[in-house]
Amino acid sequence: MSTVVDDHNHEAHHDHKPSGITRWLFTTNHKDIGSMYLWFSLIMFFVGGAMAMVIRAELFQPGLQLVEPQFFNQMTTVHGLVMIFGAVMPAFTGLANWMVPMMIGAPDMALPRMNNWSFWILPFAFVILLSSLFMEGGGPDFGWTFYAPLSTTYSNDSTALFVFAVHIMGISSIMGAINVIVTIINMRAPGMTYMKMPLFVWTWLITAFLLIAVMPVLAGAVTMVLTDKYFGTSFFDAAGGGDPVMFQHIFWFFGHPEVYIMILPSFGIISAIIPTFSRKKLFGYSSMVYATGSIAILSFLVWAHHMFTTGMPVFAELFFMYFTMLIAVPTGVKVFNWVATMWRGAITFEVPMLFALAFVILFTIGGFSGVMLAMTPVDFQYHDTYFVVAHFHYVLVTGAIFSIMAASYYWLPKWTGHMYDTTLARLHFWTSLISVNLLFFPMHFAGLAGMPRRIPDYAVQFADINQITSIGGFAFGLSQLLFLWVVIKCARGGEKAAAKPWEGAEGLEWTVPSPAPYHTFETPPKVE
Amino acid sequence: MSDQGPNNSKIVKRLLLTVAGMFAFGFALVPLYDVFCEVTGFNGRTNNEPAAVSQHEVDKSRTVRVQFITRNAQGIPWKFEPEINEVRVHPGEVRVVNFLASNPTRDDMVAQAIPSIAPAEASLYLNKVECFCFNQQPLAAGNDAEMPMQFYIDPEIPDHITTFTLSYTLYDMTAKATPESLALLESTE
Repeated sequence: MSTVVDDHNHEAHHDHKPSGITRWLFTTNHKDIGSMYLWFSLIMFFVGGAMAMVIRAELFQPGLQLVEPQFFNQMTTVHGLVMIFGAVMPAFTGLANWMVPMMIGAPDMALPRMNNWSFWILPFAFVILLSSLFMEGGGPDFGWTFYAPLSTTYSNDSTALFVFAVHIMGISSIMGAINVIVTIINMRAPGMTYMKMPLFVWTWLITAFLLIAVMPVLAGAVTMVLTDKYFGTSFFDAAGGGDPVMFQHIFWFFGHPEVYIMILPSFGIISAIIPTFSRKKLFGYSSMVYATGSIAILSFLVWAHHMFTTGMPVFAELFFMYFTMLIAVPTGVKVFNWVATMWRGAITFEVPMLFALAFVILFTIGGFSGVMLAMTPVDFQYHDTYFVVAHFHYVLVTGAIFSIMAASYYWLPKWTGHMYDTTLARLHFWTSLISVNLLFFPMHFAGLAGMPRRIPDYAVQFADINQITSIGGFAFGLSQLLFLWVVIKCARGGEKAAAKPWEGAEGLEWTVPSPAPYHTFETPPKVE
Repeated sequence: MSDQGPNNSKIVKRLLLTVAGMFAFGFALVPLYDVFCEVTGFNGRTNNEPAAVSQHEVDKSRTVRVQFITRNAQGIPWKFEPEINEVRVHPGEVRVVNFLASNPTRDDMVAQAIPSIAPAEASLYLNKVECFCFNQQPLAAGNDAEMPMQFYIDPEIPDHITTFTLSYTLYDMTAKATPESLALLESTE
């Protein structure tokens, strides 16, 4: 390495890669693997979205019209699993693959072959999971949280497939996380100290540690479900001395950090985009880093707020309530910092900024409903109602997904070398923004009025709310076809993008040409 | 960067060890949860081994209401109920309450009753000297049985607990019967 002194133009001549399918099967290039992750995630987003459409179509009217209740349950379950493990998590891993090496001035990920493997086992996991829907008895129908005994005593024969699919997804995430950690620790360019790393790199580093800590616990939980169901153990079977409530403790010990796994990288993305289009430095960089760390640590101390109605002692309920509310502090620091970054900035409203602004406002709404749910006494009313559904869709759709779209619109010119059709992209933004609120905002009221989750039928007084929600749902689903169109159109051609298409952007990724050459930073850049 | 090879594998090894450790921790949560519940009374479990006979003075100044409820889990058509729904006891006083079970089916069956107490805190102060829930209960086809439960309340019980409910859920364990239960079934025939 030390002897090579090349410029970027020279690097561009090194774009030798195998052609055809083998390029993608055997690739160890972080950009190829990143692109595959992102495409996979987009496909899964539409698969999971199609299931959401089935759910919303069934709920358009009270009564049972289109699908059997058991199939409805399979739809809610697999929609959740596909969106979490198939859409959001791989999208973040894809973004990490593309951007982390370019942001820290590394030539590639630290463990490129493992990188290939961690992507390529993922499609198999989802083929296994989705194929179970077509088998006799149907796919998993116990909710994505697979509470025992629903997933043990009462589940159908395909549960083993669900378990193995989750195992494979877990292995994939763990390998991806190991790769990110090793890359960030070992591959930073000279001068790129930890406190100079872009926040996307920081948030991903912390996310990767969360993944390493909790994905194995999830693997343990599904393994216990497997042995309880098929091998006669009694981890969660009260008759044999086990405890179904313990399942919830183990599951949420994984599950709560998991929700931060799905939002911390978003914080990094938003912290890159808002300074760019405000033309100011990010306000409070180090407080952002510490806030991310605090959220990660607190995430291990709040799991039982998902279980307030299981009959815990009052002391435990108060403990988990207070710690949950404490999370609002570091999260508030972040929102404050984003707003302070925009304060007196020369703001322009390009598409990534539109999504980032929508993220800040709508994610905060999701945060507020989260604080409401954190309060033990009121949670007894909200528990298992559509209020919860509204809450987590605000943080996951208008939070995580919006940030992924913001990231796509921000870095697409870098990935493809073309500027996308901004008119179409704006149309995508506005249709998504309006429809997503039409879709999820009324759910708050349905929940407050007592409409339970995961039920294919409902009392007639909820008919109007559900009709509005469903219309919003269909509109949001259709709007995403615009996104697909924009991405495909941009990948195929368009106005040539400059190395730094956004005037206010900062970071090493903008120092390489657009599209980013196949190999970047073979010579480490100097970071001031 | 070429000098970072061994360093990489060192980090990977550590991370893989963490992964293995967390996988083991997931399973370690099972015994940890049991210990935690035992110490704190979390989750309302009662002792599943006979407690020592009461050596305590009976505290006549206080009375605690103990309510009994029974439930059958799915797939067990036994009749199962306490002979009395509620007793009032002084802390330290030993009482026996019988639970009646009958097996109306044409099959010999084995059942296991699982106790739970609400509020959970009270479970720390309930001591069972004898209980049908300590063992599986075999019952031949058409037979019935009177199953005793002998208990006393620890006089240390906090003042704010004036009533608690002891619930038993009966599970069908015929498929998982212990050799002792099967031997008992044989002997009744």
